[in-house]
Amino acid sequence: TKGCSSLEPDGSDHTVTLIPGDGIGPEISTAVMKIFEAAKAPIRWEERNVTAIKGPGGRWMIPPDAKESMDRSKIGLKGPLKTPIAAGHPSMNLLLRKTFDLYANVRPCVSIEGYKTPYTDVNLVTIRENTEGEYSGIEHVIVDGVVQSIKLITENASRRIAEYAFEYARNNQRSSVTAVHKANIMRMSDGLFLRKCREVAENYKDVKFTEMYLDTVCLNMVQDPTQFDVLVMPNLYGDILSDLCAGLIGGLGVTPSGNIGANGVAIFESVHGTAPDIAGLDLANPTALLLSAVMMLRHMGLHDYGNKIQTACFDTIRDKKVLTKDLGGNSKCSEFTADICRRVQDLD
Amino acid sequence: FALYFFLPPPAKYGGRHTVTLIPGDGIGPELLNHVREVFRFSCVPVDFEVVHVNSALETEEDINNAITAIRRNGVALKGNIETKHTMPPSVKSRNNLLRTSLDLYANVMHCQSLPGVQTRHQNIDIMIIRENTEGEYSSLEHENVPGVVESLKIITRNNSLRIAEYAFRLAREKGRRRVTAVHKANIMKLGDGLFLQCCREVASGYPDITFDSMIVDNTTMQLVSKPQQFDVMVMPNLYGNVVSNVCAGLVGGPGLVPGANYGRDYAVFETATRNTGKSIADKNIANPTAMLLAGCMMLDHLKLHDHASSIRNAIFTTMNENRLHTADIGGQGTTSEVVQSVMRIIQSKGQLTAEF
Repeated sequence: TKGCSSLEPDGSDHTVTLIPGDGIGPEISTAVMKIFEAAKAPIRWEERNVTAIKGPGGRWMIPPDAKESMDRSKIGLKGPLKTPIAAGHPSMNLLLRKTFDLYANVRPCVSIEGYKTPYTDVNLVTIRENTEGEYSGIEHVIVDGVVQSIKLITENASRRIAEYAFEYARNNQRSSVTAVHKANIMRMSDGLFLRKCREVAENYKDVKFTEMYLDTVCLNMVQDPTQFDVLVMPNLYGDILSDLCAGLIGGLGVTPSGNIGANGVAIFESVHGTAPDIAGLDLANPTALLLSAVMMLRHMGLHDYGNKIQTACFDTIRDKKVLTKDLGGNSKCSEFTADICRRVQDLD
Repeated sequence: FALYFFLPPPAKYGGRHTVTLIPGDGIGPELLNHVREVFRFSCVPVDFEVVHVNSALETEEDINNAITAIRRNGVALKGNIETKHTMPPSVKSRNNLLRTSLDLYANVMHCQSLPGVQTRHQNIDIMIIRENTEGEYSSLEHENVPGVVESLKIITRNNSLRIAEYAFRLAREKGRRRVTAVHKANIMKLGDGLFLQCCREVASGYPDITFDSMIVDNTTMQLVSKPQQFDVMVMPNLYGNVVSNVCAGLVGGPGLVPGANYGRDYAVFETATRNTGKSIADKNIANPTAMLLAGCMMLDHLKLHDHASSIRNAIFTTMNENRLHTADIGGQGTTSEVVQSVMRIIQSKGQLTAEF
């Protein structure tokens, strides 16, 4: 497992930068903090706001105290951020991604026992290249009525994501990595991506490597998701597939996500929206943020705490007595949280 | 789904049609043989002109011959032609070349839950109309700097209007209530933004049909949880690839759904998910349903509706009542058993048939 760079040698708490976010962000962050406290996890939270400010030279950037905290702690936990329409500054998620070079988006999708969907036994991980590909943002109007969007694939980024995928597979005891591509149509770009994956696979003979067309993956995924293990792919396919897999296990409200950056930075986040219609009403479901926090604990090597909290969360959901509205119940967020806290303490 | 006002009447000589047949690779040849078998048995007045395309060759002579044959006959039935990875990137996908050369701009797929097939979701009835010539499949790529490849996605106003027009006309003709445009305009603001804008413009001319839009990642999430909410969907090329495969998987797999590619002057029919199926080729286990239904779609296009209905009903009876299923949908039947059953049912209805 990846060693945590914020490990204090004297055994004191690990620092984590907490970004509560907007809408239901603050209340679900509070819920997570409560549960961590009940589990007595050795985490010290540093709350920061990342709303963009204009720095010297007119460029938008995240506030310096937020950047300083992340650079120091290396680990972040983030709630949902509001996407500004006419605020003038770019998407905050994009800004974070660029600031910390968050090149890998990792989403483990595991069926939640107790939250029934038509798909059981899903247990896969999507690893998506997060910096280039179709989301390079380079578009031109060639002539009136003809638009060109550029998809960029580079050797370096492809190698980097492939290496991360195989490292992840090895560190988390996953048996195979599948590269998802459309190299029959996009011969050069996806061909380059595929070549890099094949090259990296040579160094990881203990992990099985396969390649599959995007359409075949989609076709098979909805018929039998159990055949997939770790999937690695460029940006757009990753966006679509990771949401498809989230849909298999129950949606964005229960799916964790992690973003891995250069220099050991990792930011874990919930990927649902800010839900402004229920913000402040104690109705939100903190599961997604909680499971992302569990992913964070595992990343830091604190598996025992991670497992304890995850078990408590899943037990509460399986029990069905205090579910929030989106999970099919009508309890409050605080009741749901309190139940998990109680179970965590009982598990000690 | 032929729109009579677009396509000229199919060529007929002596009361018989000539249709180009491209066997392709993998399971294509054997399934198309079964189609011919069933057609011959049912005395369908169609003659097939077979054109082989060798996917191992780097020259484009073969595919150009096929394209010429289709121009001549106007209609084709094809298997999928493999795109070998070992070839240099200058060798483009033959299937894509065929589609763009003949300007088969609309790929139409109708996904319907079949009562005889076990699936996780029921009551699915979605029509997917996918732009078939541009978008991410423009095959325009270059490497400016070593290690950096750019691939161009082209969206044009003309093609977007054209496909939206097709979608709405088809929806109206089939009595459908709602058209959903699938896009990613929040990220690709200019490209998908243009596509969405064109859809909205066309929608304003069809006030009887509801129009809405959905981002592609949300669409896939909705499809796996509540696919019954979708009616007709229209989208650019790549999203069409993803969505059509997801829908095919939801109704039972690649062996069940036929697909059609329509242009202004030509029509080419094939299986919807365009699989080569190399691993199951020549083993008599492939599901012939998709290819047979594609053949029926072709017969409807040629206005041979009685033949089309008779074969289609026989297929559905085999699937839903006799429950004779191949392995891909959980059964143990072989390809030939399914085909024999179809032919037996056709014969039992009392129509003119050839020797068994």
